[in-house]
Amino acid sequence: MGWYNKRLAKSLWVFHASGSPCNNCDIEILDLITPRYDIERLGLKLVGSVRHADVLLVTGIFNQKIAPKIKKIYDQAPKPIFVVAIGTCVSSGCCFKDSYNITEKPESIIPIDMFVPGCPPKPEAMIEAVAKLMGVLNG
Amino acid sequence: MIAWILFHLFVFPGMLFTGILGLFVGWYDRKLSARVQFRKGPPLFQNFNDFFKLLGKETIIVKEAVKSVFIIAPLAAFAILTLISTIIGLALFYQRGFGGDIFVVMYLTMTFSVMVILGGSATGNVYSSIGAGREMKLLLADELAFILVLLVPVIKSGYQLQFDQILAVQQTSGPFIGSASGIIAFIIGMLCIQAKMTLAPFNIPEAETEIVEGPFMEYSGPLLAFWKLNHYMMYVIFPFLLILLFWGGFQFQGIGILWAVLKYVLIVTVMIIIKNTNPRIRIDTALNFFWRYASPVAFIGVILAVLGV
Repeated sequence: MGWYNKRLAKSLWVFHASGSPCNNCDIEILDLITPRYDIERLGLKLVGSVRHADVLLVTGIFNQKIAPKIKKIYDQAPKPIFVVAIGTCVSSGCCFKDSYNITEKPESIIPIDMFVPGCPPKPEAMIEAVAKLMGVLNG
Repeated sequence: MIAWILFHLFVFPGMLFTGILGLFVGWYDRKLSARVQFRKGPPLFQNFNDFFKLLGKETIIVKEAVKSVFIIAPLAAFAILTLISTIIGLALFYQRGFGGDIFVVMYLTMTFSVMVILGGSATGNVYSSIGAGREMKLLLADELAFILVLLVPVIKSGYQLQFDQILAVQQTSGPFIGSASGIIAFIIGMLCIQAKMTLAPFNIPEAETEIVEGPFMEYSGPLLAFWKLNHYMMYVIFPFLLILLFWGGFQFQGIGILWAVLKYVLIVTVMIIIKNTNPRIRIDTALNFFWRYASPVAFIGVILAVLGV
């Protein structure tokens, strides 16, 4: 599988699944495809349909309303799929930590491979996360 | 003889050659688009990586889908494009043709669109159905202009239907693009190709930001890989068709090789520049454009060709 993983590392297609974010991380994700950061040079592409995706970028806290939908999106994606959690919300709950409507842990809904903390994280941090994912895939 | 037919179909002008060249041209498309937007763009073997990666992914067959059509459509489309590329390549590289090349190519390009429609409507997804419907309307829009464009070289070569004879006429009396009717047909042909390949401004069926790649939305894994490959193969087929019909084919002696590459790169570059500088138009605007403006102009080209201009 080494050869295939190298191909996968060079063409990770990214799908952006937002689970009730404040839209701040989402705007920073969109920065990734602008000329300044241009992740297409690393082979990454933002795709519109989850069926084409290799990486799910999830943002925001998972409240009880959005959690089943995130689970559904994860189930709809073709495997192998990696989940990268963007922002402090998914990591620790941020300022919504003690809200009445959030679910226990995001990991109990979908398996999360990588956390990128920050409110919002800088695009450089997200690129570093992707580079680490590539490093794992390349072995 | 059989071995040669298989070689032509699977290796040289056919599957392997068109596929590999198409993936490289697809990289050129992405790189040039990136440079137009002041980005850096993907590395050279990006499309190969994408293709092999998609081959290894899981194929999800949607529960509501018509399974047989869902699976057959991308593969049949791939077979159709292989066949077109073989016919065009044999005429370009070997000066060979058979009875009615131009009709076969006309029908096969139409059948490719039909496969997109079938594949899109087989998925049972709303966005895919919208995409399939738009593909159908776009086919209705550009087909008349495309047929009129293909008529011009037939008339100018003295009613020859074979590609090799059209090419032979051009090699003795100069390429058709040098005449008034030829240049009109060539320009309308470029626009028809833009619509046939669903590039912007005619990327209405697979509008990514609007209906999420339309017919291809529910496809994943190897089937999606074949749809992507089909798209890139068309980057080879349609410019080759235009060069064959209007621009005197390729000469492979001395400076001719450079000239052949330049012709091809020029056509592809113009297509990509049009793609990058135009917004997506509505489907009714596209129909209006093709039926009210492009088709009459192409018809004028046909009349000029009959008059011998």
